[in-house]
Amino acid sequence: MPDDTDLLLRRILTDVLGLKQGQAETFDAGTGLFGHLPELDSMAVAGLLTELEDRLDIIIEDDEIDGEMLETFGGLLEFAKAKRATA
Amino acid sequence: MTPVTWPLPGEDAGAEMALACDAQRPARLLIVPALFDEGNRLRRFTVEVMRRLGRAGIDTMLPDLPGTNESDLGLEAQNAVRWRDAMQAAARHFAATHVLGIRGGCLFTPGLPAYHYAPVKGAQILRGMLRARMLASREAGLAEEREALTARGRAEGLVLAGYPLGASLFRELEDLEPQIGPSVITQDRIGGSGLWLRAEPDEDAQQADALAALLVEAIRP
Repeated sequence: MPDDTDLLLRRILTDVLGLKQGQAETFDAGTGLFGHLPELDSMAVAGLLTELEDRLDIIIEDDEIDGEMLETFGGLLEFAKAKRATA
Repeated sequence: MTPVTWPLPGEDAGAEMALACDAQRPARLLIVPALFDEGNRLRRFTVEVMRRLGRAGIDTMLPDLPGTNESDLGLEAQNAVRWRDAMQAAARHFAATHVLGIRGGCLFTPGLPAYHYAPVKGAQILRGMLRARMLASREAGLAEEREALTARGRAEGLVLAGYPLGASLFRELEDLEPQIGPSVITQDRIGGSGLWLRAEPDEDAQQADALAALLVEAIRP
């Protein structure tokens, strides 16, 4: 089964950041997220994580959340893929 | 669209504010707003829906929950019973014929023919706000655990995302669920993604059109 985590994550970021269609396609592994985008504050990140849980059907434990996984698109994608693999 | 006041009964009796689009028409919809941060993000969308309903012949009233917006009361003193009683009082005062709850507002809709837009459980709201607090603390170099924060919230209340929640509202939110019965309007009927997800308040004319159209069809005799 092809892994659609990348696509779903871009969709969620589009919804949370209010991006235009296609804008999230320019994100690469190094694109900065939490701490790099002023609008992505703690409340927005909390919403993003809840949405990740709902759409990827995973549960994110508090102690799994760290700065590294939230800092870049690549970090968040790797985390989401690993969670889905074990879900 | 005009700001009006309505009388809050009970021990904190006083005047609360509402935004009303009221032309004394027979169809009168009370709107219980989304809560806390979501309330801010959805405020403009809510008012945009009111404008559309007004043009379609439906009066709308959007009261403040006591302790929010222009209320004289403190948020930390509010609880679920007060909010439900307050919305009941607002419904009576405005002679509402129908009620719309938005997100967390669905937890406090009074007993009228009701519509729930994207209803959410109290526990989900708390979970998101607790997570935001833990993220913010971590950024500031503090480690706060969910268990300890929850225990403190239950015992003495807690400030979450800038909102001081009293212990009783905190405890009630842990168990509150929208009532079964009202017609549920899910986001997939509106199209696009819910504006409460946005990092910053936004608006979407198509979504406002869609929600207003569904309500007009449901309410208009």
